[in-house]
Amino acid sequence: MIELTGISASRGMCIGPVFQFVRQKLEIQEKKQVNPSEELIRFNLAVDTAKDQIDRIYEKALQESSDADAAIFQAHRMILEDPELISAVKKKIENEKKSAEIAMQETGKSFSAMMAAMNDEYFAARATDIMDVTNRVLRVLLDVAESPTANLKVPSIIIADDLTPSDTVMLDKSLVIGFCTAQGSATSHTAILARGLGIPAVSGLGIVALDQENGTDVILDGTKGEVIFAPDKAMIADYRKRIEAARTIREKALKFAKKPAKTKDGKVVEVVSNIGNVEGAQSAIENGAEGVGLLRTEFLYLEQSQLPSEEVQYKAYRDILKVFGKMPVILRTLDVGGDKEIPYMGLAAESNSFLGQRALRLCLVRPDVFKPQLRAALRASVGHNLKIMFPMVATTSEVREARKVLDECATELGIEGHAIAENIEIGIMVEIPSAALVADQLAKEVDFFSIGTNDLSQYTMAADRTNPKVAQLSDAFFPAVLRLVREVIKAAHKEGKWVGMCGELAGEPLALPILLGLGLDEFSMNPPMIPLAKQILRNLDSKEMEKIAYEALELENPDQIQAFIKQKIPFIAELVG
Amino acid sequence: MREEKVVVNNKVGLHARPASLFVQEAAKYQSEINVHCQDPETKEDRDANAKSILGILTLGVFQGTEITITANGPDENEAVKALVALVNDGFGEE
Repeated sequence: MIELTGISASRGMCIGPVFQFVRQKLEIQEKKQVNPSEELIRFNLAVDTAKDQIDRIYEKALQESSDADAAIFQAHRMILEDPELISAVKKKIENEKKSAEIAMQETGKSFSAMMAAMNDEYFAARATDIMDVTNRVLRVLLDVAESPTANLKVPSIIIADDLTPSDTVMLDKSLVIGFCTAQGSATSHTAILARGLGIPAVSGLGIVALDQENGTDVILDGTKGEVIFAPDKAMIADYRKRIEAARTIREKALKFAKKPAKTKDGKVVEVVSNIGNVEGAQSAIENGAEGVGLLRTEFLYLEQSQLPSEEVQYKAYRDILKVFGKMPVILRTLDVGGDKEIPYMGLAAESNSFLGQRALRLCLVRPDVFKPQLRAALRASVGHNLKIMFPMVATTSEVREARKVLDECATELGIEGHAIAENIEIGIMVEIPSAALVADQLAKEVDFFSIGTNDLSQYTMAADRTNPKVAQLSDAFFPAVLRLVREVIKAAHKEGKWVGMCGELAGEPLALPILLGLGLDEFSMNPPMIPLAKQILRNLDSKEMEKIAYEALELENPDQIQAFIKQKIPFIAELVG
Repeated sequence: MREEKVVVNNKVGLHARPASLFVQEAAKYQSEINVHCQDPETKEDRDANAKSILGILTLGVFQGTEITITANGPDENEAVKALVALVNDGFGEE
């Protein structure tokens, strides 16, 4: 039995066999005698097969993933159709009497090196594309399985070093019950994917996790970030019981998912969803979301080859707004910085991008980026309940500046004859301690706040949440963070403004009593968490929670606060185990 | 043979989506099509097959570079005309 502790990347528990996600090595052997015409035929066939594979993945990505993911495979197909590349390989076979494998590998490497040598992020990405395509053709030639998960046949827990979007596109999600990664963090691609699918995941387990053999039983506790390999029978039985109990509550919660979250004393709070694309919108509705508390717009920008046009954005926003009809949808403007690879934006790498020119700071100096997004959002607002929210606000002047750009866009659209909805509410994310501390001033400038607890925690605690060594400090359950939350809500209510929360904390069963007690008006979370959160809120009394919350904030650390909530509200203790 | 010079004026030059649009357009014609330009610093001559995305990308054509499009074949006139129009049009960028 081996127990490992990592970072909780997605809540929930599961038990299943290990499936190691290993990229197979391609072993190419020199051929003593090469028959060029035979090798040419082999090469042509391999290219055709590779093209078919890419087309299939492209279709799959279009249906299941984002357009951005799909675009990667479109680029791959163009490379495979490239006359220079193809003729270079053929020349090597014909003139140098090389085997198809060696000719392909050498050509791919030299083209890729040429791109990499250009010392530019955009070309570096193309170099990776060329090697991806080269390896695909080599896999066909060597008869190696297309995907490391080709042999995945039974529902399993996937263990990998880390997973990229291209890895997960080909994954049969119905056979994945959990994820463990050696690297990664609570915000890595795998974590986001797992939360979207509503399955447990633990990140940052270290390389020991990669040594576990396929088929070994493993207990995955995504809530605590713990993994137990080869547990004994009693342990499995105990966990099965807990998983079963949690499932029963979840099923009950699902049954009432569409009913409002009305507390025992009759207070109705809004429970909405965090989403990042149209698929998320569907899932939000199914899980009983009453709107969207955070529409991330980064999906339109990441893994693209150029800035998404106003038209592309307009259509994307409209598609999402349509799903929600008249329900509120809060669109957050672009939230990226030097840590994201968006080659076409020419973002300079910064020594500390979390404290750098990111999000609104970036947008304010890049009207070429900011204005098309605002114009697209305003145009899409017609007939819907769209709200616009600016991320990473530190000062009141930033809000005024952003509103000025928004007003300019609205005026321009008016002159051009475009309609926009009336009374669009404008809000900000409160995720920087400075914003929380002057919340009284900021409340005069906006219609609402949404507290981003992930960033608020890491900025307040000065602890990088992607660094496993200090990630524990970046916990929103520290009283320092919760007290800021309390002051923000107080300040906003004094100005008659409402406050939501779109960080992970808003969906935490143990945080719900505190947040309700502090007077939070809107709870925004990932779709799979909504039914349970609503069910918990329904069983709480808001006045009683006020008292409990204020007592909790006098405690010293997350452990004490969570233990206190468990003790005061036993039914939640049973739920979280 | 048909030859025409044109200045690439769109923001990203012949990269990313514009490069891919250029290659896709070139691929519609039977003629052999070549793109020629000069390295802005070394003045070195560079050539690429207009139907090759890798060739076009490695040319390094940035905003403001003049390129020469040469086509040779049955539809050389149409090919050059269409490609020049695409460049002048700024690849539909805003």
